[in-house]
Order: sequence, then structure tokens, then C-alpha cells
Amino acid sequence: MNHFLAREDFPHLLRALTQAGYDCVGPQIRQGAIVFDHLHSVTQLPQGFQDEQQPAHYRLQQTDSPYWFDWSNGASAIKPYTFAPQENLWAVQRDQSGRLRFQATLPQPQKTAIIGVRACDLAALTLQDQHFLHGKHVDPYYQARRESLLLIGVNCTHAAATCFCVSTGDGPEIRQPYDLLLSEIAAGFLLSSGSTAGATLAAQLPLTPASDAQQHTAQQRMQAATQQQRHLPAKPPLFAHLNHPHWQTVGARCLACGNCTSVCPTCFCHQALEIPDLDGDTSRHERRWDSCFQPGHSYIHGWQIRSNATDYYRQWLTHKLAGWHEQFGRSGCTGCGRCISWCPAGIDLTAEVEQLG
Amino acid sequence: MKSNDYLPHEVQIVARVQEAPDIFTLRLRFTDLAHHARYHFDAGQFNMLYLHGVGEVAISIASDPKDTHLIDHTVRVVGRVTKALAQLQTGDYLGLRGPFGRGWPMAAAQGRDVLLITGGLGCAPVVSVVHYVLRRRAHYARLIIMQGVKHTHDLIWRRQYDTWAAAPNTQVLLTADQTGQGWPFNTGLVTQLIAQAQFDPANAVAMLCGPEGMMRATAQALQERGLPDHDIWLSMERNMHCAVGHCGHCQFGGSFICKDGPVYPLPEISHLLGVKGF
Repeated sequence: MNHFLAREDFPHLLRALTQAGYDCVGPQIRQGAIVFDHLHSVTQLPQGFQDEQQPAHYRLQQTDSPYWFDWSNGASAIKPYTFAPQENLWAVQRDQSGRLRFQATLPQPQKTAIIGVRACDLAALTLQDQHFLHGKHVDPYYQARRESLLLIGVNCTHAAATCFCVSTGDGPEIRQPYDLLLSEIAAGFLLSSGSTAGATLAAQLPLTPASDAQQHTAQQRMQAATQQQRHLPAKPPLFAHLNHPHWQTVGARCLACGNCTSVCPTCFCHQALEIPDLDGDTSRHERRWDSCFQPGHSYIHGWQIRSNATDYYRQWLTHKLAGWHEQFGRSGCTGCGRCISWCPAGIDLTAEVEQLG
Repeated sequence: MKSNDYLPHEVQIVARVQEAPDIFTLRLRFTDLAHHARYHFDAGQFNMLYLHGVGEVAISIASDPKDTHLIDHTVRVVGRVTKALAQLQTGDYLGLRGPFGRGWPMAAAQGRDVLLITGGLGCAPVVSVVHYVLRRRAHYARLIIMQGVKHTHDLIWRRQYDTWAAAPNTQVLLTADQTGQGWPFNTGLVTQLIAQAQFDPANAVAMLCGPEGMMRATAQALQERGLPDHDIWLSMERNMHCAVGHCGHCQFGGSFICKDGPVYPLPEISHLLGVKGF
């Protein structure tokens, strides 16, 4: 963190990215929430906004501060940029003799720079990489999107009341690989590069050496984000408590809407759908995000392994916090707290684990 | 080109055998003969069969891995895709991708007694093992085939069982819960056959396939005969979409059945076996 980029010079970064062929994506406000979308100008950034999050509660508040990144997160992580909510896997054409011609429909994404990625979401990206790229089978669809990304991280300076990345070990300071890393202070940004692409971009910016005072301020602001109200135990023994009565209690509250799985940056479940064309000979095979809260998720020739909200919730939580350890060597939760804020019933993962552990 | 495990390859139905009113076997060959020549599988692995406009379904491979001529799939009409597959005839085309998953421990079973215990229509995944052992008869000790069905008319491959029973060092035990006239075999559950099975528990491997309740009861009966847990193997079944451990539908605790299974040694899954909701 030994470089400084003045706030008024930030457009140089956008320009350098655009000139290097990147589509810039950054945080902005839509329908009262922070979302990532195409970013053409710094005026689109959520200046002065902070988020107030509680179970089943998300509100943005305008302050008169100069900061652009003083919020913790919005509903959507960067998951859709690698693991698309809906995409075609392949198409098939049947000819008159019934022969089938299969054609993979691999995405050809434009190079995309995502500005404002948080520690919890970079940690989640690393986990999704592990799932889709580093196992026995490589997912070429995910891989194409993943390789198109340039990641510009921002260290958090404000923890929402739902955040608990300190206890999962994933934040607020970014520790996962990035291309560029920013820490925001009132006058601008401390900047460091973490890759060749990042260094090439940094070399084009009007940077000055960061002063000790600036670095101290950045550290202090990040320190503020370590003050978190929620905590998740490292490895709750959920598989040992499968008959705990609290599963029924939480199951009675759960609406089985699947919001928690949609906003979770590590959930990877998807379904494959066959979409035949009206011509009768063309068909495409599509995948869409799926949720273990959907009845069809566990369907097997005529019956469902899980058929009620208690079973759905138990499947989700045991997988996220216990099964992941077996599959990926760590928990599947990076402490972003989205499942708490965006659950319409206000179910609080950290509080439920406390009851179940 | 990068490999794409999601993309099917075209296969043609070379032969179709109606095994029972709702069970049929499709004998398949890749239309790309070079691909056919490269294709290898282990006994107990499965393929994803794709029917145009309908979708995919996971089906065990029933033929012997050394039989490079055709790849057999025995299918029971139980769901949307299998119902449509049942309408196909010789000469029709399908998509196939695979093989996927972990098969039976054929190498570890060498020189030992092999017990195949199946319930209901769970026999298809172990038919490949019967073929496998009979082709390599000298490499295995006793072969004991135990099959339990609900009704006598559920028993398919009646003639094959007779052929297998005549093979050297092979014991075939059949039973039905509900028996009718002319049923020469046992009445009752498949677990009750274990008392008649002639094997050495210190030098045997059991391979189980069928409903989970049946496999649990069978595993317990085998434990009582002195077979260690790590010599009891089970073939599991769950919803599968991707077959490569990505889509999450087949999760069983910390395991993906499509990738880590479908065949497991008992100690790997005993903690969740029979737990409702898993």
C-alpha cells in the first residue's frame, strides 16, 4: 500500500481500464440497494451512502461524507459474473434421419474489470474456483467467464450489523488474490497491485508515494470494520446434532423461498433444463441456479428425499458449515451476512448455529 | 479443444431388449468409432443418457468393461426421461456422456469371495460385476449372487440366473417377499438369504445395490456374519443433473454421489445412511 491515487484522479483508472479493453463494472444504487453494473463515470458511484443491515432489513442511508465505498455489501456478490444465473451449455440439432449434432455454446465474455470487490466476496470467488475449476472436472463455462475478469478489491471500512467475516477469517482486509487493491481515505485511495495486469494499469496512473499519515488513516478505517456484532464458530458440529429440536423451530419460520441461496456468494447448486425449440428438431440444454430449498432439488423418480422447510434448512446449513469442510477443506461461509439481511423471515445463520451447536 | 464433460456424444441403439414389461436394455455404440475405441469404464460406473427434447438421466452401465463391442444400459421406466427412452427402437440415436463416478472395488476383491446382494430392481449395477467375475473366473474365489424381489414376477433375467448358477464356484440365491405358484426359490427378504450363503467372512467383499433400507439391513446381517465394514460396498442413488459434482443435487453430507460414489465402502457413509432428509 505504498501508492496514493487522489480521488479526482480516479477517472484515470476508469480510462486506463477502458483503453485496455475492459468493460468496467462497479457499485451503484438500484431500487434502494447497492448492485454491480456497468460503470462509465465516477458519478455513478454511491457517494456518501452507508448500508444499514439487520435480519430481514436492508436500507441505504445518505451521509455527506465523500466516500464511495463506505458500505459493506449489496444483495448480489460478484457470483453472477463467473457462475451465470442462466446460460446455455449446448445446443443439439436433429436431422431428418434422427442423427444428433451437439454443439457446445461456450460463452465469449468481454474482458471485465470489477471495481469494489470485498474481502468476503473474493474469498467466495476462491471457493467457487475450487469447486468449478480445481476439482477432477473443469467447468469450461465458468472458466471462460473467470478468465475474463480483472478484480479491483476495496478493503472494507464499515461493517454492517450482519457482517461476521472476522470470525470466518475472510475479512475485512483482503487476503485473496486481486489485480488491484484499494483502501479509501477522504482524499483518495491507497493503491497496490497484485498481478502483472494490475501493475500495468497502475503504471498508467498519476500515483504519488503514500505518506505514513495516509497509511495510518487507512489502517484505522479498516480497523473500524473489524468491530462486528456477529460471530460464527469455526467448525460447528452440526452433523452430530441432526436431531436437535431447533431444526424444527427454524424450519417452522423458514419460508423456503431460497433467497439465502441466491444471495450466498458460494452456493453453487444449479439445474439442467432441456428447452426444445418449436421446430421440433433444435433443442438447447440450459443451466440455471437452483436451490436446495426447492422441492425438486432432491427429487428422485417419484419421491423427494427432502420435502419440508426443516429438511431444506438442515440440508443447507449442514452443507454450508460442515459438509464444505469435507469437500473443500474449509467452511462454505465467508461471513458476508447476506443470508441474514435478505431472509424475509429474518432467520439469522449465526444465531441458529448458536442454538444448534 | 478443452474437454467439456457436459457435452454428450452421439450414440446409436444397436439392439433393444425388452427384459420385463417396464424394464428394457439398450445396447449402444458411439457413432464416432474412434471415440468408441477410446471409451473405457469400470464396473459400477454410470453414464448420462440424453434423449432429444426430453433431457438426461443417469443410468448404470450393465455390460462388462472388456466388452468393447457395445455399451449396455438396463433401464426401468420410473420417471419422465426413462418413460420416453422406453419408446425408442433399434437404430434410434441418443446422446451419451460418461463414464462417471467410482465403480466397484474389483481390484481389491481379487482372490476373494464376491457377494453380490441386490434388492428390488437394483440388480442392474451389479450385472456388470457378474460378467466381470465370470470372464475372469480364476481371479476370484466364490461368487455368490443374492437377489430379492417384491413379487415373483419382478425377477428379470431368470434364464441368466440359471446360467450363472451353473458357472463354476458360483452360488445363486433368489427370494421374493410375495411368492406365487411355481416359484422354486425362497420366500422372504434378501437378508434371510445370507444364512445360506457360503463365503469366508475373513476373505470376502460384498457389493450391495437396492433400496437404502434393504442395504442397511443387509449390511447389518453381513456384520453379524463377521464381514468387516470396509469390505461392505454400497451403490447409492440421488438426483443427478451434471454428473461431475458441480450441480449439487446428489450431495450426501460432504460427498457428491455422482463423483465420490455412486459406490462407497460402508464406513464412508454409514453416519448418514438411513437419516431422513439426506
